[in-house]
Amino acid sequence: MVPYLSLAIWVPIVAGLLVLAVGRDRDPGAARWIALFGALAGLLVTLPLWLHFDNGTAKMQFVEFADWVPRFDIHYFLGVDGISMLFVLLNSLMTVLVVWAGWEVIRERVAQYMAAFLIQSGLINGAFAALDAILFYAFFEAMLIPMYLIIGVWGGPNRVYAAVKFFLYTLLGSLLMLVGFIYLYNVSGTFSLLDWHLVPLALDVQILLFIAFFLSFAVKVPMWPVHTWLPDAHVEAPTGGSVILAAITLKIGAYGFVRFILPILPDASRYLSGFVITLSLVAVVYIGFVALMQGDMKKLIAYSSISHMGFVTLGFFLFSQLGIEGGLVQMISHGFVSAAMFLCVGVMYDRMHSRQIADYGGVVNTMPKFAAFMMLFAMANSGLPATSGFVGEFLVILAAVKVNFWLGFLAATTLILGAAYTLWMYKRVIFGAIANDHVRQLTDLGRREFWLLAALAALVLAMGVYPKPFVDVMHATVADLLAHVAQSKL
Amino acid sequence: MPTQSLLPVLPEIILLAAACTILLVDAFLPDARRHVGFWLAQLTLLVGAWVTLTTFDPEPALALSALVVDDMLADLLKFFSYFAVSLMLFYSRGYLAARGLFRGETFVLTLFTLLGMMVMISANSFLTLYLGLELQALSLYAMVAMHRRSNDASEAAMKYFVLGALASGMLLYGMSMVYGATGSLDIQRIAEAVLRGSDNRVILTFGLVFIVSGIAFKLGAAPYHMWVPDVYHGAPTAVTLLIGTAPKLAAFAFILRLLGVALAGLEFDWQGMLMVLSLLSMILGNVIAIAQTNVKRMLAYSTIANMGFMLLGFLAANLNGYSAAMFYVVAYVLTSLASFGVVMLLSREGFEADLLEDFRGLNQRSPWWAFIMLLVMFSLAGIPPTVGFYAKFAVLEAAVAAGFTWLAVVAVLASLVGAFYYLRIVKLMYFDDATDTEPIAARLDNRVLLSANGLALLLFGILPQPLMGLCVIALLQSGFD
Repeated sequence: MVPYLSLAIWVPIVAGLLVLAVGRDRDPGAARWIALFGALAGLLVTLPLWLHFDNGTAKMQFVEFADWVPRFDIHYFLGVDGISMLFVLLNSLMTVLVVWAGWEVIRERVAQYMAAFLIQSGLINGAFAALDAILFYAFFEAMLIPMYLIIGVWGGPNRVYAAVKFFLYTLLGSLLMLVGFIYLYNVSGTFSLLDWHLVPLALDVQILLFIAFFLSFAVKVPMWPVHTWLPDAHVEAPTGGSVILAAITLKIGAYGFVRFILPILPDASRYLSGFVITLSLVAVVYIGFVALMQGDMKKLIAYSSISHMGFVTLGFFLFSQLGIEGGLVQMISHGFVSAAMFLCVGVMYDRMHSRQIADYGGVVNTMPKFAAFMMLFAMANSGLPATSGFVGEFLVILAAVKVNFWLGFLAATTLILGAAYTLWMYKRVIFGAIANDHVRQLTDLGRREFWLLAALAALVLAMGVYPKPFVDVMHATVADLLAHVAQSKL
Repeated sequence: MPTQSLLPVLPEIILLAAACTILLVDAFLPDARRHVGFWLAQLTLLVGAWVTLTTFDPEPALALSALVVDDMLADLLKFFSYFAVSLMLFYSRGYLAARGLFRGETFVLTLFTLLGMMVMISANSFLTLYLGLELQALSLYAMVAMHRRSNDASEAAMKYFVLGALASGMLLYGMSMVYGATGSLDIQRIAEAVLRGSDNRVILTFGLVFIVSGIAFKLGAAPYHMWVPDVYHGAPTAVTLLIGTAPKLAAFAFILRLLGVALAGLEFDWQGMLMVLSLLSMILGNVIAIAQTNVKRMLAYSTIANMGFMLLGFLAANLNGYSAAMFYVVAYVLTSLASFGVVMLLSREGFEADLLEDFRGLNQRSPWWAFIMLLVMFSLAGIPPTVGFYAKFAVLEAAVAAGFTWLAVVAVLASLVGAFYYLRIVKLMYFDDATDTEPIAARLDNRVLLSANGLALLLFGILPQPLMGLCVIALLQSGFD
């Protein structure tokens, strides 16, 4: 059997190292092409995961198992199920897009830029595929290094602050999680996640572990009130960095909830579900208002990301098939939509070197094609039916209403708030008379930018019109997860 | 299995003879041929390593009326020590030459330091332990002061000497009390006497306090850490490198034989003391390091914090903890070698490259050395996939397994603080523009070894099992279980 998951991890990393070895600052062309081929090869090796995936089972598929550190019973243990498989694909796809998006935009230290994204892509695939806690942790932490460099080297004026804040925030959470892992190892004698799902734990122990795990993943999601690193990181990061941050790294936090917290700590999860739901609703409603007030487009989308991710965590902690599937669909959809939104802002920033809404106005007059694409993505971001943004939100609201009407009501405010902040920004930036000379001189999308956005537009529409293939993949796994969470581990 | 054979001490005998020979040979060498002494020293280390390997016997062997023991633990640590000292000499060759320190005394004192460490590592009696410690310390005092015209170096040497002498005094005082309580200097016999439960428990505990204080001084654990930053800062970087690496291996053996074997019966008493030392070191070291502007001082505080981490594994007081601490020390030495190696690589005549500012824009000047330093920094911060992660992981695991989960939580919070200043160096190297445009020049052997050293941090971070397993086996073979 071909070790597809190992390939998904190591092909991009090896490609990244190759780029570093070959790339020269004077002649960035070679680095760009190798990076693109590396990213495409990375995507290619993940396609069999989708094609050969068996929707009928909740078991781990494409499993690879080997000894790694016998001293602590740590294994090189990989596998994907209906939850994680799609994210490996999403990540590999996004890597191709960011490599392509950085094609002409990045002019300094091209090889290092491309290599950082490729290596990060492999590490992220590793985090999604790891079934051994320490293997997961190694990937989870190691991926901070490339992102730290991406923000710090190619970022905006305040990049150092943002990069350090990003790193330390995430590290704080994950270090406590490491202690939690070690504790679980001492209780169970193994680092295998699948075995941890079956370990009985007392409620007070579960709650302490919950706090450790929650801190780690909540920072990553990010949930209110530990979200403050995200707007900084997004604003300062180069476009590619923002895309990967929003589309992929946030998802690892949410993924941690369904892979670690719910199945390992089911009793604590139920016990504290009210707490998580409250935080999620605060994110949805309050952060929605905060987004409304932003004058910086990237910041606005960053806050919109936090608000949308609040939907994901809300869905997870409703403990219903609809809620969890809605959350997962929302994660994938948000991957497409937020990536597209950041690319759109990137397109404008490359021309105007400003992200302030006030500096724009009437862009539609000079960039009609761009305005059309951005319209679609703005609609998707506000959850318009027939776009991918609608599916997830609808499922989660449905699940919330089943639990409690007011819960559903509060969640549904996002449809209004999301539409308000996204479309209001869209109106101020795109419509109206041409605001100034800079806007007058704008040129419409180039070929590279056009196809980049077209690819994302196709995905957003496809998932909005026909979400069944995505949901089918999850069904069995989510049903199994729910059955598992329903059983007490006390 | 007492034996009268001198085979177990053969490496030490060779080293002593070679050091004396180099001293003599050097006296007849013209200045242009100083490198003969250098290569003779390297040859000595090679022969020492070869003899240690060929006479390797997993069974412990006693020699010289049971004053020294040659077990697998000793062999392994000695082997690492040769390696560390050899790398130190290679890394510092250019640095020493540029400062007129590339002389016979340097090589001889280095070999004597190593000899002292080897005696410590192999000691089976308080007497040998103390002799080894003093031989090592006296050689190092002299080496710190070797740069005669430097005020910093003289000050550092003075501080080191006075505080070191004080620490030795405390240690000796503690040892004499233990001798008084148990009637023996032999480590095994003391261990038996302590376990039998002598009536002199109070004297034993009293002696233990002094012994632990002495150890903390030598190790540089807070609150006995005051000499570390000044010495690291004031000494020539080559000597700082020596102080910061191999002696930590010897110190590990020293603590293990004193506390882990001789005074194992007083486990509950010293656990508490080490806990305080460990906590203070981790917190103080990491917090104060933030305020440093000098790399050597920063690394000094980082050493203090790292020794705190090492003690964290040690205080579990079982095989799991000792092997974790041992792995930690080995990983730390490997990382430390590379860190000072890079500092010396960047230095040149009249320029020490020891300020944080000097790392500015290193990625523009040389992406490769910036990458090596990046690995060093992330290894010190304990971020995977570097060896520092597994080192921290192992000691945390040992602490949690021994029931000190709260200590582990404090430790990770302290290492979060630590991550901040390690990240700052990465920030300077990668995010800032270079102000210094001087090309980086170094001998080929230096560059190859330093690169291998840096990549080893990555290699052992991805595949830590061989090294970890070796530590466990060495301890098992040496009678720990």
